[in-house]
Order: sequence, then C-alpha cells, then structure tokens
Amino acid sequence: MPTPTPINIDFYVILATLLFVIGAFGVMIRRNMIVLLMCIELMLNAVNLLMVTFSSYYNNADAQIFVFFIIVVAAAEATVGLSILILAYRQLRTIDISIFNKLKG
Amino acid sequence: MGFSTIVYILLLLPLIGGITNGIFGKHLPKNLSGAIGTGAIFAAFLCVFTLFNHVNSPVQIDVFNILQFDSFSLEINFLVDQLSIWMSLIITGIGTLIHLFSMGYMKEDKGYYKFFTYLNLFIFAMLLLVLGGNYFVLFFGWEGVGICSFLLIGFHYSDPVKGISNSLAARKAFVMNRIGDAGLIFALFMLLSTIGTLNFTDISERLSEGVTMQNLTVLGITLCLFLAATGKSAQIPLFTWLPDAMAGPTPVSALIHAATMVTAGIYLVARSNFLFELAPLTKDIMLFTGIATSLFAAFMALRQNDIKKVLAYSTVSQLGLMVVALGLGAYSVAIFHVTTHAFFKALLFLGSGSVIHGMHHEQDIRKMGGLKKVMPITHWTFLIGTLAISGFPLLSGFYSKDEIIGHLFEQNPVLYGVIMVSVLMTAIYMFRLYFLTFHGTFRGTQSTWDHAHESPWTMTLPLLILSVFSVLGGLLNLPGLFLHKGAHWLSGYLHRAPGMHMIIHEPADFNTTLGLMAVASAACLGVLIWAYNNYVRKGSVAKSDEALDGWEKLSNRKLYWDEWYDWMVVKPVEWLGFQMNHTVEEKGLKSGISGLGIVTGKLGIVLRKLQSGNVTSYLSWMVIGMILLVVFYLLNGN
Amino acid sequence: MIATLITQILGALTIASAMMVVLSKHPVRSVLYLVVTFFFISGLYIMMNAQFLAIVNLIVYAGAIMVLFLFVLMLLNLNKEAEPKTPTLTWVIASIAAGTLFIVLIGALKDIVLVTRPGDQVAVSNIGLVKNLGNTLFTKYVVPFEISSILFISAMVGAILLAKREKQTID
Repeated sequence: MPTPTPINIDFYVILATLLFVIGAFGVMIRRNMIVLLMCIELMLNAVNLLMVTFSSYYNNADAQIFVFFIIVVAAAEATVGLSILILAYRQLRTIDISIFNKLKG
Repeated sequence: MGFSTIVYILLLLPLIGGITNGIFGKHLPKNLSGAIGTGAIFAAFLCVFTLFNHVNSPVQIDVFNILQFDSFSLEINFLVDQLSIWMSLIITGIGTLIHLFSMGYMKEDKGYYKFFTYLNLFIFAMLLLVLGGNYFVLFFGWEGVGICSFLLIGFHYSDPVKGISNSLAARKAFVMNRIGDAGLIFALFMLLSTIGTLNFTDISERLSEGVTMQNLTVLGITLCLFLAATGKSAQIPLFTWLPDAMAGPTPVSALIHAATMVTAGIYLVARSNFLFELAPLTKDIMLFTGIATSLFAAFMALRQNDIKKVLAYSTVSQLGLMVVALGLGAYSVAIFHVTTHAFFKALLFLGSGSVIHGMHHEQDIRKMGGLKKVMPITHWTFLIGTLAISGFPLLSGFYSKDEIIGHLFEQNPVLYGVIMVSVLMTAIYMFRLYFLTFHGTFRGTQSTWDHAHESPWTMTLPLLILSVFSVLGGLLNLPGLFLHKGAHWLSGYLHRAPGMHMIIHEPADFNTTLGLMAVASAACLGVLIWAYNNYVRKGSVAKSDEALDGWEKLSNRKLYWDEWYDWMVVKPVEWLGFQMNHTVEEKGLKSGISGLGIVTGKLGIVLRKLQSGNVTSYLSWMVIGMILLVVFYLLNGN
Repeated sequence: MIATLITQILGALTIASAMMVVLSKHPVRSVLYLVVTFFFISGLYIMMNAQFLAIVNLIVYAGAIMVLFLFVLMLLNLNKEAEPKTPTLTWVIASIAAGTLFIVLIGALKDIVLVTRPGDQVAVSNIGLVKNLGNTLFTKYVVPFEISSILFISAMVGAILLAKREKQTID
C-alpha cells in the first residue's frame, strides 16, 4: 500500500496539457512524416496521462479502461499509417509532407 | 309605381341599350341599332320627366349596404332630388337629340353600332354620377364617364392618317382626368375618416347639427374636390385635354365636351356646397382659377382656325365662368349657366358638325365662307347659338351670364372688369367664327362647293329644337326685375334640394342691375357691329399660319401651353423613365444582382487559397480551431 | 515527501524528453527520445498506482509501436534524409498557436475545483491493480474488448494490403 502523497491534481493536469501542447507544436513544425506520426503518439499519451490521473484521484475504473482502448487504437493507427507512408515513399521517394499537396484547391 | 322602380328603369335603359348594341349591333341594320340607342335615351328622358313632375322632396333610394361599421359606413344608394333630376333632364334630353343627330352624322361610319354602344354607356355612367346618393356611387359614374370619354375620343383610332393622334388625344384626356380623380379619391378618404359617411344627406345633416370639422380638414377636402372638378371641367392647369379631345367625332364633342361630362365637375361642387361653404379659401381659389381660365381660354380662341377648336376653347372659357359662379357661392346660378350652356353649346357643336358633314369633313374655316346659301337651316340655328353665347339681349346666354357677372360685380368690381374682358373676347371670336364660316366668298376648292349640301332631317331637327331652347332658356331663371311672379324659378326649384345653401343675392338695387345689363348688351351689340364691319364689309379673312405674328401668333399657338407642359412635366418624366431604365435598371440592378454573383466568385477565388494542400497548414488550422472552440466554451457557459 | 519529489522530477524529465522529440534533427533520435518519454510516463503511472497500465504502456507502446517506427526508419534508410528547413513563418505561427492553446487550456482549467476529499491526496485506490481492472474490463466492457479484436484484424489486413509489393515491379 503506497503512502499517500500530497500531490495536487493540478500538477498532473498541467503536465498533461503541456505534453499535449508540445505534441501539437511538433505536428505543426515537423515536415518528416514519421516524426509527425510520433508527435501524434505523444499527444495521445498526454491524454492517457490525464485519464489515468482522473481515474486514480476519483477512484474510477472507467477511465483506465478507456486508456486501454486508446492504446489499442493507437497501435492500429500507427500500423496503418506506417504502411501508407511506405506506399507514399515508394511513389515519391521522399517523406517530406509538404510535397503532398495534391488536394490543393 | 314607386319612385325606386322608375329610377331603376331609368338607369337600366341606357345600360341595356348599350349592351344590346354592343352584342348584337353588328348584325342589326344601321337604322335599327341607331333607333335602339336613341330610343333608350328618349325613354329614359320620359322617366326623368315623370320624376320631375312628381318628386317634391328629396327621395333617397337605398340599394344595399356594402360596409357598415360604427365609425363609417358605405352604401349604394340613389338620391332623387331637384338637383339630380334637373341634371338628368339635361343629360337625357340633350342626349336624345345628340343620338338622333348621330344617326345621320355617323351613317357612313363602319363602327356605327359601336358608337351607339359607347354613347349609351356614357349616358348610363353620367346618370349614375348625378343620381348617386353618395360620393361612392358618384365615383363610379365619374370613372365610367372618363372611360367612355376615352373610348369615344379615340373612336377613329384606326384611321390611317389621324389614328395615332386620335389615340394620343384620348390618352391625354384620360391621364389628365386621372390627376383629378386622385383628388376625388383623397377627398373620399378624408371624408370617410372624419365624418364617417359618404352620403350627401347624412353629411349635410351632420354638419347642420353642429358636427364641426377642423378647418384644415375641410380645406383639404374641398381642395381635393376642386382638383377633381378641375380635371373633369377643364380648368387651369388641367384643361389642355379638351381642345385635343376634338379629335373625336362631333356628336361626341357635343355631348361630352359641351353638355354633360365637363359639367360633372360643376355638379360635384354644387352637390358638395355644404362643404364648400365651410371653406372660404377654397372658394376664393375657385374664383381666381375660374377667372384665369375664362380669360386665357378666350384669348386662345381668338385666332384658332378649326371650327371645333374655337368651340372647345369657348367651352373651357364658359366653364371658367361657371367656376366663378361656384366660387361666389351662387350654386344655382352656376347650374343655370350649365343649363343654358348645354343648350347653345350643343347647338353650336351640332351645327359645326352639320357644316363639317356638308363640307365632307373639312374643318378649317379658312377654307369656308358663304355657306349660308347652301345650308340655310344650319346657318340660322348657328347664328342663334352664336348670339346666345355672346350674350345677345333677351336670349338665354344673356340671362345666365348676367347673373354671374352681377354677383361678381357686388363682390369685387375690379374682377368684374376682368370678366368683362373675357365676355368681350367671347363675343369677338364667336362672331369671327360665324362670319368667316357663313358669310363672304367661298375660299375652298370648287369640287367641295359643288358637293356642299344641307344635312338630312335627323341632323337638322335637333338643331331646330336646341335653337328654340337657346332662345327661350332664359325664362327659367329670370331676374326679378320686371316680373316678380315667374322670377328665379330655377333657383327656387333647386333650393329645395338638401343642404343647398342658395345665396340668393338680391341685387343691390334696380339701377345697378339695369346698368350691368345695359353694359353687357352694349358690349355684345358693339362687337356684333364691329365684326360685321370687319369680316363682311371689309372682307378680312383669317391669315395663314405662317403670316401670323405677335399676339395673334400667341393666340393661335394656344400661348404655347402644351409646349410648356411638355417641357415642364412630360420631359422630366420621360427623362426619369430613361434614367430608371438605363442607369438604375441596367447599371444599378445589373451590377447589384450580377455583382452579387461576381463578388461570390471572387470570394471563392480568394478562399480557395486556404485549400493549399499543405498538410502542415491544415494541422495548424486544426489547432487554431481547437483554441477557438475552447475559448468559445469558456466565454459562453460553464 | 520522497514520492512528491520523484513525481516532480519525473514530470520535468518527461517534458524535457518530449521537447527533444520534437526538436531533434535526426529521426532516429526522435524515436529514441520518444521511447524515453514513454518510460517516464510509465513511471508516473506507477506513482499513481496504475500498475497494469504502466506495464501495458511499456510493452505495447515502447516495445511494439516504437520498434515498428524504428524498423520503418531503418529499412527505408530514412535516417539520412535531410529534412528541408521549415520556413520561419511556420515557426512563428506554430509557436503562437501552440502557446495560445496552452494558455487557453490552462485558463479553462484554472477555476475548476478538482478537490475530491480533503488533503488532495492520492486516493488509496487499488483501481489500477490488475485484478480490479480486469474485473471491470471483463464485466462491464467485454463487448468493446471483443470488438477491438476485430479492429486489430482489419488493421492487419489493411497494413498488409497496403504494403504489398506489386508482382511485376522488381523495384
């Protein structure tokens, strides 16, 4: 039984927010697609952290289950994302995201 | 038979006559269709005569209520009183004579049955106007005569030479009448909102019981009514349609523009006397308008060279005189002059129609002359008409004019002087017309002279009847100078109509009246002698259009009145229409509406740049959207 | 006391490694820094007594997904890729946007009172234990659990289909 620690919940909340913002920043900055995908994973983890925080402070199991499923979905998404990336690399020989502007209006 | 039945029959007769001619006229022989038309009006005349003999006090015949509220009501009813019976007598009586005349005059016309249809419908509308018991029914009749006038003026719209100008004249008459009609509608609204009823008897009762109206309201109502009268009775500034209306066939001019429609305005004011008595300012305006109209129209008639145009300006001038009488408050005198004017003006118009018919539709008096040898009956009747209108002593015109100018003299001797100028000019141009047409040597072509003939009995009989009335018409309302028994019969008769404030001026004294009469007679005789001298002895003839100069040119060109209107009114309206079309419609609306499309397109081009295809920018936009979402929720609620 | 200190240090290290993920030039280094970040996050989970999730995080995320990333990087030889420099404007916009996002989120959370019991203590919660979590998972959330297996199947099928080489190209 761990000793109760007088950590304010705010600490975790701000931490998670900061991680999320760093992830968002990375998404906007990086042009390498793989790093982009990784920043997305970082954002997902920030959310996981927040969820676990609330689950533990409110004694609620639902949030942790939700984290579980977030991890599931992140795994699937990373898989499919990387395979698309490989396809794109085969065509264009580059993974610079600014090349992919075929949707230009 | 009750009075209401007679009134219904009276109204239905011309209506049925008109409809019959309209539907079946094409298949009937000409004489029959003409006889139906004339017969209908003659039967109506008999009905009116019956009413005249039996109606002593006003009878109101209610037909049905259209609206009935606490604050106002609207009905259809007819008022049979002395004023309306008298007007109906004139309308149906002279109407019969003119129908008879038309049977001969329009004989060669292809639209013979159409003519009688329109004439009958006109009589119906006019009867509706005078028999109406409230302003509402009057308004129906008012509009009806306007439409029939339009149809009849433009009757020869398909004429290859003059068709377009005929239609334009008809349109001009209609539009100018419309301006007056707006006044009538306004007056109706104002009356309905202030007094709450449009019935003549009710209004006069309420006013005499002491219901007061604001001065401004009464002023407004009477001015609007006078505006309506200006339109129909051709006063300044709405008179220019009447000379142009001479484009219609001569019987139309005789009926509508001499005897009946143009007197509708006079009737309206006389009928509304209880309102006008409360607005002395309006009466003053009417006085001055009448004087001005009388003067200007007489001036314009001095050098006109078309028979009908001279008579048209003469009508305007005489109407001005009637309006003067109304402005003085002498309503019965105005009606008296309406009566006598109906007689001699119809006579003059029909006479001119006879001349035109005999000259094979030549209307320029410069091409006439010496016609008394060929058309004796026309000649003598026309002479009687001329003498009557010039105020030759003891004829009908003399008495009615004398009453008016007598009242005017009491009011304002200066204005009396001005009117005497107008009376002098009347005599001058009428005698000029008579002498140039019937005396002297013939100035036309030889073939016209060979074919000139007297008119058939259908045309000369009305002339004879009317000339008798023109001579004897004065007996209706003799001044109380020498005989006291039969004097002022018409005034007394009309006095029994409801609310008719008859200002029976007793003339100042015997001497004044006699003096005025003497002056008027001297003027007339003097002009007669001068004209005889000038036109017969010296043989002066009317100059051609180019040789005119100075005041003669002004007179011949109608003081350029039409040109003024064209410049002041028509051109700005046309300019406005042009602007509306080119500027507002093509540029404004087009750039407004299609501009909307263009702006949308351009906006699309600009916004398209947002879709850069650049994933980074999309992601940035997502983050920004997230921010905005959170801010929105922060600000708007918990 | 110690626990507080540990938590705070872990938090700081997490932030630092996350910043390095975003800012480092070599993609491989980004991956490695991300793995380190996951470790620290798992540490935080353990401090909150979410034991199961801590382990799962390590096994799945750090162990499988990041390895996948590394495989792709290595096999496609993308480490040498010199990423073109992002324009300065993008830097400015991104910084401003990210900063604004942070401020806004903090502002949103500022006035929320999150206290559940006096003392702000971590709940003596055994929720994170495997037994308790498994209890909830297999009773209340058993259907999503089964459906997630279908999700995995479709992801696998998709990945294989997408990455399959065309027969004729030798490449």
